[in-house]
Amino acid sequence: MIIVVGTGGELCLGRAMKQTGELEKFRPGAVLSLLGRALRVKWIWIGVAMMAAAFFSLLLLLSFEDVSFVFPVTALSYLVGALGGIFFLGERVSWQRWVGIALVCVGVTLVVIGK
Amino acid sequence: MHTRLHLKTYLLIGIMVIAGPIGNLLIAKAMKQTGPIKYWPPSELLHVFLKVFGGLTIWAGIACLIAFIVSFMLALSLADYSYVQPAAAFSYVMIALLGVFVLGETVSPLHWAGIAVICLGVSFIRGTPPRTTENLD
Repeated sequence: MIIVVGTGGELCLGRAMKQTGELEKFRPGAVLSLLGRALRVKWIWIGVAMMAAAFFSLLLLLSFEDVSFVFPVTALSYLVGALGGIFFLGERVSWQRWVGIALVCVGVTLVVIGK
Repeated sequence: MHTRLHLKTYLLIGIMVIAGPIGNLLIAKAMKQTGPIKYWPPSELLHVFLKVFGGLTIWAGIACLIAFIVSFMLALSLADYSYVQPAAAFSYVMIALLGVFVLGETVSPLHWAGIAVICLGVSFIRGTPPRTTENLD
């Protein structure tokens, strides 16, 4: 649940930012105006709400489960994220990107086990 | 044009990778300084609240996390989610380095192996075009 809601929230953020348009220049004014426009997209609020819900559920879960139990699932969020990118955002994930994502999943799992 | 898109995206992911772990670390530190939390009576909770938010550490942590989320949003305005999210896993490298050099922790060989695999994965993702979609309306 935490994976789906958390990653889903980030995907909503992704959708909102694709709607907002891209950052043209690295000037404070340009950054602020982009963020201002982004805040008027409804997906931002859905995304932020979902990310907040996932964050607090994670805190709650951590209060009664061991960290080692909770964190292997973080690796799965990369898989869910890639699928969401494809189906929700219409991104094209090439085989090369899939290889990269798979390696990141393996690496994150090793990091968690190695702790 | 294309290289500029890459550069901006790298820079933003770089900020995410640095600000995210430091923010989490600072918040964890601020919470540990308060010690164990008593939930009852409610006045005790208020006391904890004041103690946590009265310190500088938590605010520095919050500032870092705001920098993280803003860079995340800006990066998503330029690049795919399926590019930014796994590329940001580079933060595991930062976390390990922070652990070793700032907290004096030891990192196990398996942990280092995981970090090497993550670096390899990120380099594969870096080889793909950052954005495969047009702006949505």
